[in-house]
Amino acid sequence: MSEVIERQIDRSHMQVSDEVAIQISQMNKWYGSFHVLRDINMTVHKGERIVICGPSGSGKSTLIRCINRLEEHQSGQIVVDGIELTSDLKNIDKVRSEVGMVFQHFNLFPHLTILENCTLAPIWVRKTPRKEAEEVAMHYLKKVKIPEQAYKYPGQLSGGQQQRVAIARSLCMKPRIMLFDEPTSALDPEMIKEVLDTMIELAEEGMTMLCVTHEMGFAQAVANRVIFMDQGQIVEQNEPGEFFRNPKSERTKLFLSQILGH
Amino acid sequence: MSDTHAQTVPFVRETMLPPAQPPTNEAGAVSWLRQNLFSGPLNIALTILGLLTIYYLLQEIVPWLMRSVWEADNIAQCRQIVAERWGAGATGACWAVIRERWPQFLYGFYPQHLYWRPTLALALLFVALAPVLFSALPRRLMWFSLAYPFVAFWLLWGGSVFLPIMVAAGFVIGWAAYALLHRFGTIAAVAGAVLIPILWWLFLAGDLSRDLAGLLGRSAPLWLEPVRSDKFGGFVLAITIGVSGIALSLPLGIMLALGRRSDMFLIKALSVSFIEFIRGVPLITLLFTASLLLNYFLPPGTTFDIILRVIIMVTLFAAAYIAEVIRGGLAALPRGQYEAADALGLDYWRAQRLIILPQALKISIPGIVSTFIGLFKDTTLVVFVGLLDPLKGITDAVRASTDWKGIYWEPYIFVGLIFFAFNFAMSRYSMYLERRLKTDHR
Ligand SMILES: Nc1ncnc2c1ncn2[C@@H]1O[C@H](COP(=O)(O)OP(=O)(O)OP(=O)(O)O)[C@@H](O)[C@H]1O
Ligand SMILES: [Mg+2]
Repeated sequence: MSEVIERQIDRSHMQVSDEVAIQISQMNKWYGSFHVLRDINMTVHKGERIVICGPSGSGKSTLIRCINRLEEHQSGQIVVDGIELTSDLKNIDKVRSEVGMVFQHFNLFPHLTILENCTLAPIWVRKTPRKEAEEVAMHYLKKVKIPEQAYKYPGQLSGGQQQRVAIARSLCMKPRIMLFDEPTSALDPEMIKEVLDTMIELAEEGMTMLCVTHEMGFAQAVANRVIFMDQGQIVEQNEPGEFFRNPKSERTKLFLSQILGH
Repeated sequence: MSDTHAQTVPFVRETMLPPAQPPTNEAGAVSWLRQNLFSGPLNIALTILGLLTIYYLLQEIVPWLMRSVWEADNIAQCRQIVAERWGAGATGACWAVIRERWPQFLYGFYPQHLYWRPTLALALLFVALAPVLFSALPRRLMWFSLAYPFVAFWLLWGGSVFLPIMVAAGFVIGWAAYALLHRFGTIAAVAGAVLIPILWWLFLAGDLSRDLAGLLGRSAPLWLEPVRSDKFGGFVLAITIGVSGIALSLPLGIMLALGRRSDMFLIKALSVSFIEFIRGVPLITLLFTASLLLNYFLPPGTTFDIILRVIIMVTLFAAAYIAEVIRGGLAALPRGQYEAADALGLDYWRAQRLIILPQALKISIPGIVSTFIGLFKDTTLVVFVGLLDPLKGITDAVRASTDWKGIYWEPYIFVGLIFFAFNFAMSRYSMYLERRLKTDHR
């Protein structure tokens, strides 16, 4: 199951600190009358690498989209990096510029070149001078191993390349926390590997990461905690070894047997 | 499995085949004709019918054009020349009317010795448009584009140079108010940027420009002979209204489209009712409103130029259509684009300006240009409020003279061709723009 993770992981910088990065307490969310998220309580410490899994429709995307307020919660509290998410737009923009997000369908801006995609937010949100922003962008594009594509448009790149650009674009804002919503599920197998490699490197540098993914190999190799969700609730969480070897709840067992069974 | 292919001789291709010519009946003119014009009985019948129609039209038009008369003083002379040259009963085109009256078609009743002013304004229009239309040109030329409306206003209507300068100063004041009030919050800044210039225009600009004009005299560089609006006509009028309408309706249309998609109830309701009302009413109604009703609403004694009023109405009309076209473009964008912009921390206006609108406008180009073309052609409707549009206003004026009474086709063809030239240019430009902005490589 972990055939995509071939290399040795360097754990020297992967340290979980006591500092709290995200604090979610008693959080509930409804879509109309549909109760999507129920009583979510969760603390994420700086440096943690959390994988969230669960059946389709269990509310994984909704949960991580609440963390940067792409979705609004109706009760409870979400505090990101010391800032509570309320309807105050200033706070929302502040949180969003500290939290990077990578989407399933990349969502690159098709009318801008790769470099412009990466420099846009630093220039307009962080007010970085253009030249400096371009240097930073090239640095991250090198890191995700596609500096030579900088002047192309997203439509000219493969899916895996586009997703790596999307990661670089988020990193250019120097975020403290990165959210990933099924970053590899729209990709072909060989592209999955290149994206996972990029994510592993990020983890090795100590980035705080929340990943919704079904790549259990990645979870085992990188995560320090796996969260299993079903019907809008956190059903089980544990460190990956225990989680995969000794799932406690029946739902988790069923889910794991379904995705690892074949 | 092993003996399925027992009979097959192993084969490896050693030389590649060169491409061969297609058979003659599959390529070239013959094949094209067969496929496109004679592919079946129905198609053959339609082709023959089409050819007959074209022949019928041409045999009417071509001889008429061949018998063109360019030099004559009036229509009677024209007919006489046709009869002399091609025999009694022959008909021919009398272009002499265009030759004699073309200035009227272009300039209306604009004073003849001042023709250079609208001509210069048109030439400068192209200079001002160039940096807007072609991104390869230096961006510094944009400053001229920004100043152009005031220059053109002064050239067309004349008077003291201080009036357009004072009006332009209002915009600078608005910008300064915005910059100064910004630290008190966005709402204060926007309110200041809107209200202070309005107060300036209402109470100070007029008097100031009059005083300055009085002080500095009415001599050449600061003063141009004024031309009243009722002297405007022909293409000077059509282009003045058309270009102003186009330039003003695009930003207004964008704001209306954004307003219609806004989450704020009041803004949304206002945008929707504005768009639906304006689209539901014929343009003529709006023009009549402009010419008659506005007088009742305005304080007595205010003179509010009729051309300005018409421009406002034409702008509102086109803006409603453009808003709907752009709304279509906005709706076509995937939600992921909004989410990515949000997730990067861009606020609403930056997300719209940098991410959403460039893509939505690109999708909307054909619709926007159609609306512009429609607007330009609709400028001929101003004839109904007593302005001399080139198509009916001027043509009727020409026909009203005893010399050209009874002339019919030639002025219409001439005016139609000029409209066509402008509209065709717009259409080609929009195709160029679509090609240049094509970055999605789908
Ligand atoms: N905008 C919305 N309006 C109404 N219901 C929604 C909306 N978005 C999601 N839902 C519902 O909320 C539930 C949770 O959705 P969510 O996208 O968070 O699931 P998920 O766990 O990410 O699933 P998947 O693995 O398929 O991505 C689903 O039942 C979905 O139908
Ligand atoms: Mg999901």
